[in-house]
Amino acid sequence: MMKYDLVVVGGGPAGMAAALKAKECGVKKIIILERSETLGGILEQCIHTGFGLHYFGQELSGPEYAYRFIKELEKTDIDVKVDTMVTEIQPGNVVIATNNVDGMLRINATAIILAMGCRERPRGALDMPGSRASGIMTAGTAQKYVNINGYMPGKKIVILGSGDIGLIMARRMTLEGAKVEMVCELMPYSGGLTRNIVQCLDDLGIPLKLSCTVIKTHGIGRLEGVTVANVDENRRPIPGTEQFVECDTLLLSVGLIPENELTRMAGIIIDPVTNGAIVDEYRQTSRSGVFACGNVLQVHDLVDYVTEESQIAGEGAAKYILSKGKSKGGKSRNGKDIHVKAKDGVRYVVPQNINRSTDRDVKVYFRVSDIYKDTYVVVTSGDKELYRKKKRKLAPGEMENVTVKLEDIACLESNEITVKLEVGKNG
Amino acid sequence: MQYDVVVIGAGVVGAMITRELSKYNLNLMLVEKCSDVAMGATKANSAIVHAGFDAEVGSLKAKLNVQGASLMAYYCNKLSVPYKNIGSLVVAYDWDDMQTLEVLFERGFNNGVPNMEIISQERLRIMEPYISEEAIGALWAPTAGIVSPYELAIAAVENAIMNGARVKRNSGVFDIEYKDGLFYLSTASGVIKAKYVVNCAGIFSDKIAAMIGDTSIKLIPRKGEYYLLDKTEKKMVNHVLFQCPSPMGKGILVSPTVHGNVLMGPTALDLDFDSKLDLDTTIDGLDTVKKSVKGVIPQMTTRNAITSFSGIRAHRAGEDSDFLIAPSEVNNHFVNVAGVESPGLTAAPAIARYVGKIFNEIAPEYEKKKDFKATRPAPVRVNELSLEERAKLIKKDSRYGRIICRCEGITEGEIVDAIKAPCGARDVDAVKRRTRSGMGRCQGGFCGSKVVEILARELDIPMNKVTKYGNGSKILFDKTK
Repeated sequence: MMKYDLVVVGGGPAGMAAALKAKECGVKKIIILERSETLGGILEQCIHTGFGLHYFGQELSGPEYAYRFIKELEKTDIDVKVDTMVTEIQPGNVVIATNNVDGMLRINATAIILAMGCRERPRGALDMPGSRASGIMTAGTAQKYVNINGYMPGKKIVILGSGDIGLIMARRMTLEGAKVEMVCELMPYSGGLTRNIVQCLDDLGIPLKLSCTVIKTHGIGRLEGVTVANVDENRRPIPGTEQFVECDTLLLSVGLIPENELTRMAGIIIDPVTNGAIVDEYRQTSRSGVFACGNVLQVHDLVDYVTEESQIAGEGAAKYILSKGKSKGGKSRNGKDIHVKAKDGVRYVVPQNINRSTDRDVKVYFRVSDIYKDTYVVVTSGDKELYRKKKRKLAPGEMENVTVKLEDIACLESNEITVKLEVGKNG
Repeated sequence: MQYDVVVIGAGVVGAMITRELSKYNLNLMLVEKCSDVAMGATKANSAIVHAGFDAEVGSLKAKLNVQGASLMAYYCNKLSVPYKNIGSLVVAYDWDDMQTLEVLFERGFNNGVPNMEIISQERLRIMEPYISEEAIGALWAPTAGIVSPYELAIAAVENAIMNGARVKRNSGVFDIEYKDGLFYLSTASGVIKAKYVVNCAGIFSDKIAAMIGDTSIKLIPRKGEYYLLDKTEKKMVNHVLFQCPSPMGKGILVSPTVHGNVLMGPTALDLDFDSKLDLDTTIDGLDTVKKSVKGVIPQMTTRNAITSFSGIRAHRAGEDSDFLIAPSEVNNHFVNVAGVESPGLTAAPAIARYVGKIFNEIAPEYEKKKDFKATRPAPVRVNELSLEERAKLIKKDSRYGRIICRCEGITEGEIVDAIKAPCGARDVDAVKRRTRSGMGRCQGGFCGSKVVEILARELDIPMNKVTKYGNGSKILFDKTK
């Protein structure tokens, strides 16, 4: 059996940043296990720009952003195995993985960082009736066909869902000569970033139909068209608004799901809202020595925030390893942890727990559940207000954060911190 | 090429019959109009082995159902097909339902179903902890089970090929002429001559029979819609759970599958005679399934649905809905196997033997082979092996170490095996049925493009010639600019 101080599962932006940070903090033996043929994760197929504005202050393409970390990794003694799939995390933090060079790998780890990313919601998860023709695929699958394999997955396209990958693919397919008929969004607002709506739809004259969905797919063999309809406030199709749209391809951009199969198998507690692990301020899960970061923990809007969060996890894992496993797990075991709660328009928070004895300011990430204008973000603990700030606009598509100060945490009386919204009085 | 026997239709019934006939010394051909075997009702049904209390006493359906149920374990073992003998429960909600259970029990007893019991609410609750509180009792039939229908068909075809049978896919029969003791079958891949024909064309068996002037078969396409749920839901149901039957069939059931998912359905909607290809799912149909299952297991939701689909059963029109399995009145060298709706899957092994006997009577000139190979070797299933076995296997062939389908843990080696098998996979869905690659919760989101790459490489065709399920279902267009 091999032995490592730290095993990082996943070599995308999260895994690479976490491993590099842990190295910087003094961890000796680190290995990254990546299931694809290359490091970089999904960034490798994201050839558009828009990455790195926050972290590097530069606008990079996905592969460029990834390459900066790959280059850093090459300067270290961090081991990397690509084409290697972790199949199990056994008790005692033993990682089981397989590839075609080593066969079966058994690695004894002091700490593990989970950075497996997320996947797209497929058609089956939607109640979309109709035929099972070919030409219905997720936007990310189409992106791989176009950007990696060099094939067009369609010519006449309807996109369901206005998530960022769908918006990016609307532009990409148009630039490659396809006709994107429309983007349909079930909700009355888009789940994507405003800049993507402007740059990928508005600039190209592609209509975004809000409160609209696909109610039927047509065609035997290849897709021949879809029926779209407007929906009411309960998201039910409104009779009489049906419209047939001829197309050979339906791309789905209807949400991302953290890939927590390994996490669940390992018995780690999952937050039912984020679908990621419940963690503390260093991203330690309910299992001692197992950390999680990036899209496997919560679906991020920008890779820059993935990097930021993963560095926290890398630092946390380093602290854990260097103190030989003395720090506590994310789930409260002794009642001394502080629980962070989401309330009143805040859909979730990460981290969900903060150790009372923490040594840092804690940035709490959250998403809101609707569009809010001129609204206060408020953080309270018991009767005490820790933070209040007015925001011009809050949208479910954009991740927000507030920082809870170390000095505030140290002298909290309550075991709870609440993050909530308050509609502005002067707004 | 001239054959002694041509079997038309490679569903589970045609596949099992072909395997049965491959026991004889004869030239045997199986023709199929679709791009793969198991493409009709066989790939879209409830995947249940019925105990046999539904069919009318004395009917062929009843006889072959009970025989089939008792043969299934043997056949699945020989052919290395997943089968689990989990038993079934017909759940009763009121005293009328309890009366129905008595009727079913009596009928089952007369049909020869062993070991049935009518069980109490308490025992039902222990067997099915998530069952509705409204349930007051159930008919317990321990001989019922679950099976993978398309894998049974694929395995039977592979085994038949091992015993000398030939298979032609993409070869729909559009005309038959009988002359000088030979059938001339015009197919999409040329004329095929045969001394004997077995018509197992499922919902199209009426059309095939009509080609020799036999208009005795009248079929109604009866559509059924289903949900398949994630493995996360498997704790919710332990046995096949039926509701009390109606004239349209056995009602909507909920059941585990052999692979650990949960299946719920089907609805029953009679379509026009010409709607045999209407496999669309509908808002109403899927809603009906959801509502109905809520009555059985209130906590069951479709939030973790992997997919929904529909299948067409070949229901016989008119009073007599029994299986029609006999030489045609028009030509007794032409054997009809028609109207095989539920419990057709269960009955398939018994139907094969029954047709074997018919064949023996109409064609006594053929003798059985001495070297018939009854066993189809099990395909490699990497995730069923121990870590040591896996390590050994990867040393022999490194492709078993490369996981392509993350959700189901399927390796490149298994996918290549499926393509290279006798009657191997030629499209993405065919790979899926043989390996389960793409059958998991991401529905091929990650592995889909990799499977296309592997198919293109192994079949030596460009990626944009690979299809989802044959004719017209292309996946990729031209190269990018």
